[in-house]
Amino acid sequence: MTDTADTAEGIAITVNGQAVEARTGELLIDACERNGVYIPRFCYHPRMTPVGMCRMCLVEVDTGRGAALQPSCMLTCAPDMVVETESDLTKKAQDGVLEFLLINHPLDCPICDKGGECPLQDQTMAYGPGESRFVEEKRHYEKPIPINDNVYLDRERCILCDRCTRFAKEVAGDPLIHFQGRGNGTEVNTFPDEPFASYFSGNTVQICPVGALTAKPYRFKARPWDLEEVESTATIDSVGSRIVIQSSRNKVLRYLGVDSDAVNWGWLGDRERFSFEALNSELRLTEPLIASGEGHRVTTWSAALGAAADAIAKTPASRVAAIGGARLTNEAQYVWAKLLKDVIGTDHVDAQLGDGLPADLVLGLPRATIADACRPGGTIVLCGPDPKESLGALYLRLRHAVIEDGATLIELTPRSTGLSALAAHTLHPRPGELGALARALVAGTTDDVAGVSGAAIGAAHQAIAAGGPVTVLLGRASAAESAAVVAEAAAALSNIDDVGFLSTLTRGNVHGALDMGLAPGLLPGRQRLGAGIPRGWTSVPSETGLDSTGILTAAVAGEVDALILLGADPLRDFPDRHLAEQAFDAVDTVVAVDTLPTDSVAAADIVLAAAATTEVAGTFTNLEGRLSALAQKVTPPGTARPDWIIAAELALALGGDLAIQSLDDVWTELAAMSPVHAAIDPAAAAERDGVLVTGTIDYTPVEQGELPAKDAYALRLVSVRAMYDQGSSLAASPSSAGLHREPVLALHAADFEKLGVSAGDEVSVTSARGGVTLAVQSDPGVPRGSAVMVSHLGGPDPYDLIDTTTLVTEVLVERA
Amino acid sequence: MSRLSHQNVELAQEIISRYPIKKSALIPLLHLAQEQDGYVADDAMAHIAELCDVTPAEVVGTCSFYEMFKRHPTGTYLVNVCTNISCMLLGGEELLRHVEDTLGVRHGGTTDDGAFTVEDYECIAACTEAPCLQVNYRYFPRITHDEFDELVADLRAGKRTDIPPHGTLGRVRQHIPAAKLAGVVPPDQVDGAPVWLANSEGEAANG
Ligand code: SF4
Ligand code: FES
Ligand code: FES
Repeated sequence: MTDTADTAEGIAITVNGQAVEARTGELLIDACERNGVYIPRFCYHPRMTPVGMCRMCLVEVDTGRGAALQPSCMLTCAPDMVVETESDLTKKAQDGVLEFLLINHPLDCPICDKGGECPLQDQTMAYGPGESRFVEEKRHYEKPIPINDNVYLDRERCILCDRCTRFAKEVAGDPLIHFQGRGNGTEVNTFPDEPFASYFSGNTVQICPVGALTAKPYRFKARPWDLEEVESTATIDSVGSRIVIQSSRNKVLRYLGVDSDAVNWGWLGDRERFSFEALNSELRLTEPLIASGEGHRVTTWSAALGAAADAIAKTPASRVAAIGGARLTNEAQYVWAKLLKDVIGTDHVDAQLGDGLPADLVLGLPRATIADACRPGGTIVLCGPDPKESLGALYLRLRHAVIEDGATLIELTPRSTGLSALAAHTLHPRPGELGALARALVAGTTDDVAGVSGAAIGAAHQAIAAGGPVTVLLGRASAAESAAVVAEAAAALSNIDDVGFLSTLTRGNVHGALDMGLAPGLLPGRQRLGAGIPRGWTSVPSETGLDSTGILTAAVAGEVDALILLGADPLRDFPDRHLAEQAFDAVDTVVAVDTLPTDSVAAADIVLAAAATTEVAGTFTNLEGRLSALAQKVTPPGTARPDWIIAAELALALGGDLAIQSLDDVWTELAAMSPVHAAIDPAAAAERDGVLVTGTIDYTPVEQGELPAKDAYALRLVSVRAMYDQGSSLAASPSSAGLHREPVLALHAADFEKLGVSAGDEVSVTSARGGVTLAVQSDPGVPRGSAVMVSHLGGPDPYDLIDTTTLVTEVLVERA
Repeated sequence: MSRLSHQNVELAQEIISRYPIKKSALIPLLHLAQEQDGYVADDAMAHIAELCDVTPAEVVGTCSFYEMFKRHPTGTYLVNVCTNISCMLLGGEELLRHVEDTLGVRHGGTTDDGAFTVEDYECIAACTEAPCLQVNYRYFPRITHDEFDELVADLRAGKRTDIPPHGTLGRVRQHIPAAKLAGVVPPDQVDGAPVWLANSEGEAANG
């Protein structure tokens, strides 16, 4: 790059006789595309390093030494380049490249899933020879071979563009597929018997320019021209990746990632990509149900709503509680919040299930976006769950930030994570002592704190003190450690100059739920209960209510008569399952609004079948506070209804009126009552990058309190989540259901001797709450004195051990 | 068949230490595996992947590029019979057939006792000496059928100590004393003259 032309105005080049301005450092292929000249390509992908494998992008370029064919994906624009993309020479090159590519590519388009949306097919039609001179035998391979549980590979179709393999290595960091037998017989393959076990494997299917890679859930399901599509947002986790929902005959068949600059860059985790399967599941709730004998019987909506209304009406508001809401759209959350807090008048409302963070922490700290966190040269402090296991698309962004953009990662986590190999500093505090570690980190202590050496703390402190923007990824890494511990750490970290917090609460639209007031003490629009009666409302609860832990505890004490579950499954998902079970026994009426039959639905008295994410329109709020559109693509099964309509009808059955007839009404009301939504045009949510909702509430740090002295024989429990488990929506997705691992207790090897156990032994793990028996495994990523379990794997579960009333849960481990 | 032996792991570690990037040691380590088992076993590749911090798929990606890394059990003696143009004209195909008949296996196969593997080979650049074959890459120019039978008899009798078993890279193992290491560093960490330069200058001064 010459300095002279390297100005803010860009670089002047000529493309097909037209003057065009390229950006500094821009690749020719991109500069042309941005200026309306599309150069055909196979291997080039704007989110990956160009490799110049396919030569399809050859164009005639004259840089002053005469015109020559150059691959435009490998060429950075330079001043005064003269480019011909449609010259005879260019056309001859394209024609030739295609003829070569087709030498080995089978002409099996009629039976190939890619037919109709295949770049090779399309570009052959547009630029190719139309006829092949090749009469010899083509390559043949065993077809197709599964490279993992969901992805199939037809090797003879592969044109060796290196996209899938580059993605695996560069983007996902799972180089488990590779070119093999390079030469005449080059093929993509895995190591023998070692599958492409990547959480992101589905992306290779999406970017393969031919039909070599196909995904099992879509194979032979439809033709591209039979599909209808709409852009929407993935709701399975809180990243809110932009997607396209594709359906045929009122059935969702596929999600594809959409390149949103702000969020997912076109990538999806497999859990997101295949999550639509749960919505098509046979298990879906399709009709309202009412308890009858041991089980349920189908009933009418009026009967079900009537029964729910009766139960609620006869109960004083202070004895009605609601848990859940993260599955809902923002609009449905608003309507439910209004129903609960205005019409019914209870503030015992919590969208989180005791595994999250206090709402005012999330809404009160200065917030950061994903782009803020990934700023080149910035510092990322990971103080929450493992992004690789919980928030796949965010993990890919963080990985890129550290590897490509020089971000510094500091981990303050109870065990190693999927990012540890990239972290500059990995500090594992003893459970319960995260706050102390955070204080030491900010202050730059050189003493050992929380089981972490002073030297390590000092080194990490230097990285923070070096200046530059710091973003804390704040969430709940372990359900066995109280949220108060995280809050204490957050308070300490908020003293760093120029710090921003990116929430890593993981559950679907939980950030929307907080914004819409589905938390104790809050009203929609990030307002506190004390702010007065909002416009459009008639009343608000007089006192701040209870969170989920409080609600379940009160229920056990006989203080809750009616419990409403908004897509929540406390029997499975509340970290103290004993408490949840006792609470269910004590409550008179449980009303569950849900899409799938969970344990809690099975225990409910009244079940209201709700429409799922592809069946409703609305908006979603991601972990940044970014509002993005959800589109309805298909109709709900049976008589299942959108959540907001259920709320509106329940209000009517209760003799109230929410005065909301449509989603537009929600936005009119929200604009009038919410200071943070007032300036937002809901239509902007439909833009690819959505729109950020900004504004914080005031927040006062609360101290976590005294940590009980550690029992010398006990270990402190760490309860984490994995990408694949036996959660209800994953269990209803055939592609994901079998992917979970076996439960084990992971310990540091040094603790083995102390406990008199060896790897593979069955051990009993007991806490004050209960006990489980499982195999023990040594894990170098676990600090000494901690015992790590993954929840929701089916079988022995840390949720049978956790005591949510304490800061940490201690366990005794003995040979069984 | 197997992972690297304890002794070979030590050697592997020394080899890895010669490179600034572990992955660079892949080819010498693949040779080591082939020397150990006569071929590169899948388990050995998985083991090499662990030693070099890469995935087994990356190891097989490198290994499979090289024809001379065998990925299936190979006889102690690998017989490559050239049937390319010069050899073909001077009896290469007949020679191959004779080799197959004598050893009782088709090309691509290995005798039951694991002693010989026969391959039908492309030009081995000895066209003036056609027909030609190689045993463990040692040339046998203008070889007659009788000479081949004699060679087989000698090999079976252990008389050809000049031909080490397949996979043996060199009969003298290279050992570079620490002081003689090239001292390579990754390009981004270069901050002066290379160590070898200083070493050799020192030698020149002393000698
Ligand atoms: S399988 Fe597809 S993406 Fe992978 S190299 Fe072949 S053509 Fe490219
Ligand atoms: S797109 Fe440029 S070489 Fe493939
Ligand atoms: S043809 Fe046989 S050595 Fe060249």
